[in-house]
Amino acid sequence: MKQTLLIALRALLVLTLVTGVLYPLVVTGLAQLVFPAQANGSVLHSGGKAVGSTLIGQSFVGDKYLWGRPSATAPFAYNAAASTGSNLGPSNPALADAVKQRVATLRKADPANHAPVPADLVTTSGSGLDPDISAEAAAYQVARVARGRSATAATVQQAVAGCTQAPFLGFIGPARVNVLCVNLALDHLTVQP
Amino acid sequence: MNASAILECGVFLLLVIGLAWPLGAYMARVYTGESKWADRVLGPVERLIYKLSGVKPDAQMNWKQYAGAVLVFNLLGLLAVYLLQRVQLWLPINPAGMANVPPEVAWNTAVSFASNTNWQAYGGETTMSHLTQMLALTTQNFVSAATGMAVLVALIRGLKGRLTTDLGNFWVDLTRSTLHILLPLSVVLALLLVSQGVVQTLLGSVTVPLLEPTTGADGKSIVEQVIALGPAASQVAIKQLGTNGGGFFNVNSAHPLENPNAFANLLEVVSIILIPAALCFTFGRMVGAQKQGVALLLAMLVIFVPLMMLTVASENQANPVLTALGVDGTMGNWEGKELRFGPTSSAIWAVTTTAASNGSVNAMHDSFMPIGGLAPMWLMQLGEIIFGGTGSGLYGMLVYAFIAVFVAGLMVGRTPEYLGKKIEAFEMKMSALVILLPSAAVLIGTAIACSIPAGTGPLGNPGAHGFSEILYAFSSGSNNNGSAFGGLTVNGLFYTTAIGIVMLIGRFWVIVPVLALAGSLAKKKTVPPGAGTLATHTPLFIALVAGTIILVGALTFIPALALGPIVEHLALR
Repeated sequence: MKQTLLIALRALLVLTLVTGVLYPLVVTGLAQLVFPAQANGSVLHSGGKAVGSTLIGQSFVGDKYLWGRPSATAPFAYNAAASTGSNLGPSNPALADAVKQRVATLRKADPANHAPVPADLVTTSGSGLDPDISAEAAAYQVARVARGRSATAATVQQAVAGCTQAPFLGFIGPARVNVLCVNLALDHLTVQP
Repeated sequence: MNASAILECGVFLLLVIGLAWPLGAYMARVYTGESKWADRVLGPVERLIYKLSGVKPDAQMNWKQYAGAVLVFNLLGLLAVYLLQRVQLWLPINPAGMANVPPEVAWNTAVSFASNTNWQAYGGETTMSHLTQMLALTTQNFVSAATGMAVLVALIRGLKGRLTTDLGNFWVDLTRSTLHILLPLSVVLALLLVSQGVVQTLLGSVTVPLLEPTTGADGKSIVEQVIALGPAASQVAIKQLGTNGGGFFNVNSAHPLENPNAFANLLEVVSIILIPAALCFTFGRMVGAQKQGVALLLAMLVIFVPLMMLTVASENQANPVLTALGVDGTMGNWEGKELRFGPTSSAIWAVTTTAASNGSVNAMHDSFMPIGGLAPMWLMQLGEIIFGGTGSGLYGMLVYAFIAVFVAGLMVGRTPEYLGKKIEAFEMKMSALVILLPSAAVLIGTAIACSIPAGTGPLGNPGAHGFSEILYAFSSGSNNNGSAFGGLTVNGLFYTTAIGIVMLIGRFWVIVPVLALAGSLAKKKTVPPGAGTLATHTPLFIALVAGTIILVGALTFIPALALGPIVEHLALR
């Protein structure tokens, strides 16, 4: 028994060194060497300054911007230091109330638009940091954004098209539009990784 | 369900089986010590580990010695995880200055990671220092997975052995599983994930300006965004491959920096069941009859595929409550899901992570439609044997195979055999323990939690869905899954203690009877198959095993499920 305990202790120490120290450090070293941009958060730069991450959404509420998905993070939307989902069940009245309010906000911002509201635009994402919306949700907002910044719908559509990714292999996951990418393009900011 | 959803399910299954086949063959060679490749590349490291640990690799263990080594090693691991969390503030590599973890959460986390459950009563980016994540959690991700694989190998040796007490050497099986299987796969997967955008850095965070300032809850204007970073990719890789599931960030693989796009998602979801599926082939090779392993894999698929289809169909349905409010009813259920994955990839992940005892999530299961939440819950309740944990899934499945041959033996009045070993009273007692203890832990735990304020107070949702949250929590803990209906707040004293206890039961009170089974089987002689022997590779046997699993699972859990997701489903229509 005592011998087993001693071996167990030594084995734990050695395996901790291999898997808990060497493994993460070797992977960190290789990652920083080969994929530095990705390994550090896929941060976008404009004129040498960081302007956001291509993978982390930001909150947009102004009329001149394309809006992203509702976020459940606290104490403010898109808090990238504390990810969380709403965890509201499908039958929870709080979910229906929240969605009702979001539908009303969208309708108020664009009273002429009577299309059904895209589901992703009124439901919170899993992380609260979703950088994307569906192609439907982008199309739904084009007229409002164009009006909000006195641009033509074609200009907005062009920005959306430039930030749209097709499904992986053509059939895995929906087509998606990166919201920050569209809004940066609309503000005429050129970005590099 | 549309064509692309079916196509996606098909591609996923083909990838899993296509990769599992060669990996299974390689693992068999690793465990029998025949892999020249493994020996050449990492053999010197393996021998160095034995030397440093004082292990005599040729020494054989009987089942009691094997079980003793497993328990002592895991207990020490548990203590190490607990201690590191309690003093992390005073240790280095803590760039965000995380405080020491309170004792009840530290205990829960320690049990959770030592038992390969990886239930998380904490939010990663707001609780754990980078040092704790690496030294404590990543290490346990490896060795708890390797422990499960070692116990499986011991059981296989028990089935193969003749008139012997030798089950191999735990330290050798542990080291080989870690060094030759988990480690190389993890390095490759981690780097692939980094290439897609999963972060891997020792920095704590990066701050970027917001394009449009936003307003916080206190009315102050917020002009920048602090993005939490860390050595995520290395932990994500092993959390997926080792059926661990404990995420680096709070929302696990729903976080864009943990799972950045559909390709990364496919890599991660395949990794969840790659080793559990491959071990079926390893088993076939090690017992010298590949069809025996294939039969068990098929029995798993017979249950897995319909439940996957059911969940995919369920999540592609819109929530009727929201459709009534003017929301597009054609897009499916989007609450708690990420745009990168959508309903189909989220549903495939949900059934995969609960079939395997992984428990990582890429969408919030709490917000799934009632039937979409039922399938994952039931897959856990079946005992994490449909693929299940690395090693633990297949040894659980083998227990069901013993029960199936026993039931068949009762029907025709013959002593049942499995692979030439007579299945007798002792084997049945141990098998019954393996099935009864975790099931009892689920139901009794749920019943207690429902009856006391400390259990119902932390609920995140009212009504039947609230009951589902509790049932899900105990199903996940007792079967070492680790996923959650996250609305339930589980960092209080009651849930940290109760879930901690059921996680221990679900892991170690199963491992000991399984090793006792291995010891008992090894001592028996192998009888040649006769005219009355039930062949254990035929469609009849596959149906018998799957039928036994469904029957036991249904009889035990349908009443409880009826009170939760089934009631909610009927109420929503």
